[in-house]
Amino acid sequence: MQFWIIQTLNSIAFGGLLFLLSSGFSLAFGLMRIPNLAHGGFFMLGAYLGATIVYYGGHFWIAVLGAGLGVGLVGIAFERLILRRLAGNVQGQVLVTLGVSFIIADLCLLIWTGDPWTVPAPAELRPPLRVAGFAFPTFRLVVLAIALVTAVALYLLMDRTRLGAMIRAGVDDMEMARGVGIPVSLLFTVVFALGAVLAGLGGTLGAPMLNAYPGLDTDMLPLALIVVILGGAGSLLGAFVGSFVVGFLYNFGIALFPDLAYFILFLPMVLVLVFRPQGLFGRVQT
Amino acid sequence: MRRKGVLLFAIGMALIAVPLIITSEFYVNLASQILIYALLAVSLNLLLGYGGMVSLGHASFVGLASYAAVLLLNAGFGQLASAVLAILFSTACGGLFGLLALRASGIGFLMITLALGQIVWGIAYRANTLTNGDNGLRYAARPHPFGIAIDSASSFYWFSLIVFAIALFFIWRVTRSPFGASLQGARDQPRRMRMLGHNVWLIQWLAFVLASFWGSVAGLLYVYYNLFISPHAISLQQSAEVLLMAILGGASALTGPIVGAVIITLVKNVVSTYFERWNSLLGAIFVVVIMFMPFGIVPGVRQLWARWRAPKKLERAA
Repeated sequence: MQFWIIQTLNSIAFGGLLFLLSSGFSLAFGLMRIPNLAHGGFFMLGAYLGATIVYYGGHFWIAVLGAGLGVGLVGIAFERLILRRLAGNVQGQVLVTLGVSFIIADLCLLIWTGDPWTVPAPAELRPPLRVAGFAFPTFRLVVLAIALVTAVALYLLMDRTRLGAMIRAGVDDMEMARGVGIPVSLLFTVVFALGAVLAGLGGTLGAPMLNAYPGLDTDMLPLALIVVILGGAGSLLGAFVGSFVVGFLYNFGIALFPDLAYFILFLPMVLVLVFRPQGLFGRVQT
Repeated sequence: MRRKGVLLFAIGMALIAVPLIITSEFYVNLASQILIYALLAVSLNLLLGYGGMVSLGHASFVGLASYAAVLLLNAGFGQLASAVLAILFSTACGGLFGLLALRASGIGFLMITLALGQIVWGIAYRANTLTNGDNGLRYAARPHPFGIAIDSASSFYWFSLIVFAIALFFIWRVTRSPFGASLQGARDQPRRMRMLGHNVWLIQWLAFVLASFWGSVAGLLYVYYNLFISPHAISLQQSAEVLLMAILGGASALTGPIVGAVIITLVKNVVSTYFERWNSLLGAIFVVVIMFMPFGIVPGVRQLWARWRAPKKLERAA
């Protein structure tokens, strides 16, 4: 019984982490029409930045914010200096994000070496929470809470603010949005930076569970891709549902059939592609 | 036309003579590697250059064919049977992947091939009981086609050269055939092609299957060459390297990916001996090529050549 409860909780927490990773990825994909293949690299960079801040005595929450900020700046620079120059060349943009992901991965290896960096959860969240005789890992509950708060905040941002309305307009019909005077190219930077910040935060928040190690980027990127294939590009609800579906499948897959964990992810992807290629909640035909 | 024939003959002769001119085993092996990657890049270019479909999972066919060949050989099948069955299996997987990836077009296609490639990688990496995980699997010994041993560096080079020549001739014929023309039509004007009664989806799917077939052949050569297969050979980085070969050389020409394969394989081998940061360099080449040389080397050189020739023609006309 404890096994199922813990695994379920771990799955939900992992799903929350995946939401932090893939919500920004999905929004940027919906708006800019490109999957940012450096997004896994952003996540890994966030994990390393956070680990470094903690290593030098910074508090965990400072590290989370610092990682988000640092990766956000990298994202802005990347969008402004490189992606912007290839505007209109979608294929070129995607391949450049791939090239940058290799550079990020290799520089991380150079700076932080090949040994994994562990990040302890903040001291106050380490003792497990005991409810009705069951022990729950407190830190994972907090990660889940942060993901849920982020989801609500993103929902409000997209649904209730002027900025959100402009982003939605850009996702639905970019030319029309430009036509009515929405600064779509500025939105590109904003959304791309938002995605980078969330990936950076997520990297550090995930570090106590996953550690920071070389290859973290290529472990996370396919998960984000599958979330978006399942949920649909540009859809916040799709990213939310997709994250928890993938979180459950991946976590239970690893716990029960470690050899086949990846294969299990393949099945929902096939089903969605066959029956609803634009994704469960997708509006953009990719 | 006759000049072209002479040129082709001369290049062929030079390629055959490589192991006789370069006696160092290291460089002959390097030449074999180049042939294997060139075949992989040319097969990918059926999709990229002729079909306009960017696949980021092409290395998975190397993995599928190699793992299948090793597992079949270990299960007691003969060399020939394991080779044929491995290619059939890998091509069939290609057919399935094509069905899935062609549910989307453009960037969606790229993303699905990337996800599929990573799933193949993940299975190779995680399914320890079958694939021995990160440690990889050994292939017992190279086959003896028609009783001829291909264990030495130069004999393996000639074997690869024959396979490569057959593949290149086949792919060249395909690109010049009505099917090749309709594939390029489906790339440029899918709606018009549909209007004309062509089944665009089927054309693209067949191209995907063909590309995966020749990719699997390259994979078989890979496992014969290395006598070893591990998840490293099918990582995203490998798929990206092959794609870079095709783009760098020039996807619009049949010879482009070959030039790209020569350059990337040489750079990689030379650089790796002096410099540890191959991945950074790979990423940087990617960014530079896409930003400043989007059409690749072969079309670029052709353009220069044409510009150099044009004034002479004018002179002659005057």
